[in-house]
Amino acid sequence: MSSKKNFSLIIKDLIFTGLIATVLLIPIVGFRTEISTVDSTGLTFNYNFIIAFFVVAFVVGVRFLFHIYWFSKIQKKPQENSEKNKKKFLKKLNFYLGAAAAVIAFTLPFMPFANRYIVDVATLVLTYVMLGWGLNIVVGLAGLLDLGYVAFFAVGAYSYALLATTFDLSFWICLPLAGILAAFTGILLGFPVLRLRGDYLAIVTLGFGEIIRLILLNWYEFTGGPDGISRIPRPSFFGFPFARKSEDTTFHELFGLEYSTMHRIIFLYYLILILALITNFFTMKIRNLPVGRAWEALREDETACRAIGINPTNTKLTAFAIGAMFGGFAGSFFATRQGFVSPESFTFIESAIILAIVVLGGMGSQIGVVIASILLIGSTELFRELEQFRMLAFGLAMIIIMIVKPRGLLANREPSILLNKKNE
Amino acid sequence: MSNILEINHLTMKFGGLIAIDDVSFSVKKNSITSLIGPNGAGKTTVFNCITGFYKPTVGEILLNSKKQFNLERMNDFTIPQKAKVARTFQNIRLFPQMTVLENLIVAQHNKLMKASMYTLKGLVNAKSFLNAENEAKELAKYWLDKIKLTDRADIEAGNLPYGQQRKVEICRSMCTDPILLCLDEPAAGLNATESLELNSLLEFIKNEHKISILLIEHDMSVVMGISDKVVVLDYGKKIAEGMPSEVKGNPEVIKAYLGEE
Repeated sequence: MSSKKNFSLIIKDLIFTGLIATVLLIPIVGFRTEISTVDSTGLTFNYNFIIAFFVVAFVVGVRFLFHIYWFSKIQKKPQENSEKNKKKFLKKLNFYLGAAAAVIAFTLPFMPFANRYIVDVATLVLTYVMLGWGLNIVVGLAGLLDLGYVAFFAVGAYSYALLATTFDLSFWICLPLAGILAAFTGILLGFPVLRLRGDYLAIVTLGFGEIIRLILLNWYEFTGGPDGISRIPRPSFFGFPFARKSEDTTFHELFGLEYSTMHRIIFLYYLILILALITNFFTMKIRNLPVGRAWEALREDETACRAIGINPTNTKLTAFAIGAMFGGFAGSFFATRQGFVSPESFTFIESAIILAIVVLGGMGSQIGVVIASILLIGSTELFRELEQFRMLAFGLAMIIIMIVKPRGLLANREPSILLNKKNE
Repeated sequence: MSNILEINHLTMKFGGLIAIDDVSFSVKKNSITSLIGPNGAGKTTVFNCITGFYKPTVGEILLNSKKQFNLERMNDFTIPQKAKVARTFQNIRLFPQMTVLENLIVAQHNKLMKASMYTLKGLVNAKSFLNAENEAKELAKYWLDKIKLTDRADIEAGNLPYGQQRKVEICRSMCTDPILLCLDEPAAGLNATESLELNSLLEFIKNEHKISILLIEHDMSVVMGISDKVVVLDYGKKIAEGMPSEVKGNPEVIKAYLGEE
């Protein structure tokens, strides 16, 4: 690169830096509200652009020094293997993001700023993270575009609600049962769609999701129809209920704590966190097993799979069943958290949001799902004040992500097995 | 029985179109048989019938290994699994986003599924499974060494140059541990050097691994160079069969390829 071109690039960069600094600093430094000396009722609004100008000049100056002493050295580094470096960088980024997310997730309820609202939103986000990870098995790994994933969520929720209210079973017995029932539903869906690919598969799964919702809505004797099922038992801490007073020993008595409604909220938060992490570790493990590799092969090319003797029927069914199972777990958590389920919670838009989380996060990327969930679910909570424009912001966020990162936020496939470990 | 594959009166109709019309031929054990013919002669259709992708209208396809298989009655994915017939495709069908090594490991799926006790043993990292996985890796490495791609094993298969993808696809079918290998135009798009390398790879597979090869090919240097027998199809009918030198002079074949005066 010639020095002249280099110089013009630096100038361009400095002008850009200056512009950003101006935009940011004029409101922050330039405007100032002070207690009015004229009348005692309010504040006055002062301008102080000179200080703002000096700060901008300082920023540009520092940036210039950076160019001379720091960036020039970076640019001299050989740029070969940029693809490999990028992959290494993404790998590192994935690792650090994952570690940071885990630390934040585990300490969140005890942070000074954590209140009931924040823990509640975090629980909601984690529910979607878990659903995203569950759907990631079906869509991201096996490449089966499923637009009716919420059906399994519904089956899980209703299984838990019905089992718990009818047979008075505890949460810890209902959870696996709900998972099994949802997995069974997954297989049920799997059979008719075995021969379908791509768009056609998407349409059938979409229909399937609607069928489940309509059954829940119309089978009044069994599901309560639009009234839903209420008074679903809340989870207990392995038999010790979260209540102010109970015949059994309560949670706060067990640990000798002051009774607080936050206990249950925090317990639910950790419950979904652990369920989600189980989903994650299971997926990461199964990806490196033959069945996981067969899923990915199936996503890449079904005909080639047949030619090397992989049974596409079994492979698809296991993907559907396992994905559905995690949807079912999440569903029964949802039911116990809400204490009430009705068909309204399982509309198509939920499936669409879960799918959007998987696609925006980057198909098959585990940490991408987390980021996308925080962005989509967290931001809709954040933009609650925008009221009717909330969905607009939601859509805008999706469009921006798709323009900037067409393959998803963190699309980076890790090989499941390596031959030359030294090269990595 | 010295024939590994016997095709008797094979006919395939698509509606009114007769793609293959009463074709019979056989493939000798441990030999290379080439299937040639002008475009549209029905060569790939014969392949699709052998590997179960199509169900033939009439005819039988017998595979003689330890026991006899009627391939025309089997599913496309049970043929490589049970009857041990592997195939490649005219337009390469690798798993492009998976690495070269993963492509070769996936080909050993059925073996590894059994070793992992259908995933249960794999989840707990059982030693027997890890050993089986290492063996699978060794087999993959053996074939990668053979095509000199060991150092590129961990890059995505879709990023390899065309010629190397062809070879990886052949190695992938070899990893399914076949007794009959069906190759659909393996030399298409290869340059002269690569064609020669392909010849020696196929010779190696035949001589060292005692595997029979059925080959569709347009590249005559490959066909005439390595074939033990050539079968010529034209408009779905078999017009000639025999040693390469015999077929070369056959007037029917010359007519099919070059037309009549």
